[in-house]
Amino acid sequence: MTRAGVTTFSRIFFIGGAISFRALFSWITPWVYIPTLLITPMFQLLFFAYLGRTAHLRSDSWFVIGNAVQSASMASLFGMGFAIDGERWSQTLSSVLATPANRAALFLGRALPVLLNSMVTSLFVFVAGRLLLDFHPPLAVVPKLALVVVVACFSVTGLGMTTGAVGLRLRDVPIIANLVMAILLVFCGVNVPLDDLPRWMSAVAQVLPMTHSIGAARRLADGASIGSVDHLLLTDVAIGIAFGIVGFALLRWFEHEGRRLATLDRA
Amino acid sequence: MRYPKLFWHGFVVHFKELSASPFQIMTAAIWPLVFATLAYLMFRAGSGAPSLLYASLGAAVMGIWSTTATSAGGAIQRQRWLGLLELLVVAPAPFVFVLAPITVAIAGIGVYSIASTLLWGRLLFGIDVHIASPGLFALAVPATVLAVGMLGLVLASALILYRAASAFSQGLEFPVWLITGLLVPLSVLPGWVTPIAWALAPTWGMRAMRHAALGGSVLPALAMCAVLTVAYGLAAVLLLRYFEQAARRRATLSLT
Repeated sequence: MTRAGVTTFSRIFFIGGAISFRALFSWITPWVYIPTLLITPMFQLLFFAYLGRTAHLRSDSWFVIGNAVQSASMASLFGMGFAIDGERWSQTLSSVLATPANRAALFLGRALPVLLNSMVTSLFVFVAGRLLLDFHPPLAVVPKLALVVVVACFSVTGLGMTTGAVGLRLRDVPIIANLVMAILLVFCGVNVPLDDLPRWMSAVAQVLPMTHSIGAARRLADGASIGSVDHLLLTDVAIGIAFGIVGFALLRWFEHEGRRLATLDRA
Repeated sequence: MRYPKLFWHGFVVHFKELSASPFQIMTAAIWPLVFATLAYLMFRAGSGAPSLLYASLGAAVMGIWSTTATSAGGAIQRQRWLGLLELLVVAPAPFVFVLAPITVAIAGIGVYSIASTLLWGRLLFGIDVHIASPGLFALAVPATVLAVGMLGLVLASALILYRAASAFSQGLEFPVWLITGLLVPLSVLPGWVTPIAWALAPTWGMRAMRHAALGGSVLPALAMCAVLTVAYGLAAVLLLRYFEQAARRRATLSLT
């Protein structure tokens, strides 16, 4: 890629991504953002922490880590879904896809603000857990947990790319996002230890985003070093990249099919 | 007889319409299965947890509240988007009798969650669904739906001027699940939560259904459902009167 090409790629990636996010999500005022992306995940944490106390299952700390990391999935899955499907609702999808812009820059640029947004949700739930439950990680662990959040958000945004791509073909993106979020909640060891899940569910969890990040975060909170969990974090990054590639391939394929069948704007 | 007839026909129409929505069906039938599954797995993995039928019933009522929280708060907003709100408000029938069937129908599709969670528990987890008092259980289900639907009416009425009503209402989904003893017993929660729980219909609906299924005194809980249904109805009338006048005065009724 030439220097001019890199500049154009960066412009579409950063500036294009930011502008599209602002345009597509202009309806997310604080009145929507706070109940949806902050209050709901916080109460999800409280719900499962108290359910865990009822079942005498694990400590508050165990539930805080699981739910705080998993809470990123809502912003990522719905965000990526709407970042693509929203173009159709606002009748700009054809215009966007008619441009000669590099598709990687175009779609990955849309993923970056979504990723950052999911990190905000996740970090907020960690703070809520610290303030409301028995979760008191040593200060030295906090940067390590922040790193895990970055990895988990990256990984689940990759999955969001795949589910969002399906939005080019199917109508009900929120339903797909909801189902995938439910799968992550049940399978990834968020509220039930992987050892207590049926074996096939534990096996499926190994190829899902977040499973390894959640495991890594719990070990870090127990005092493990980054070096001892780096394989878990790298696995989650690899899963995120794999889902991202699948999502990007699906986007290109559905775009091609949408052009061929003239169905891009059909919702 | 006019108003009960209006209520019933409105309920039937909206129940059918909601039943045709994939999103509503997913909220009513699929999400409760997720929480039922998690509750079964957590209760099995833990020690000293309540029975799995207890969890099944809790997840079922979660579904009733879930559809209400997801859609009832935005019921007026939806009519606004459809361009029908002004017509409904100026209709000769009192607005509360137009709106109540919508919110009760929204709670009503939560009955799908009862069927789905009990079936799910039976087929996948082998839970023996033995209802101690089938007659009282059959009475407790509509009483719960009606009371929760009327709570949805209060939400819809209170949020008539609030354009982000749906988001706010959805934000109440987990808090109400948590504090009304659906899966987490009130005894585990801080003491100050209990009086709030008593004012919420899911607490008593859950108690009525659970006692009917597992044994216990059902009638006091049913009576509380009836009391709350009336209280919510009166509160909704007052709220609607106030907010409707405010919206008319400011000419904001149809603004989205």
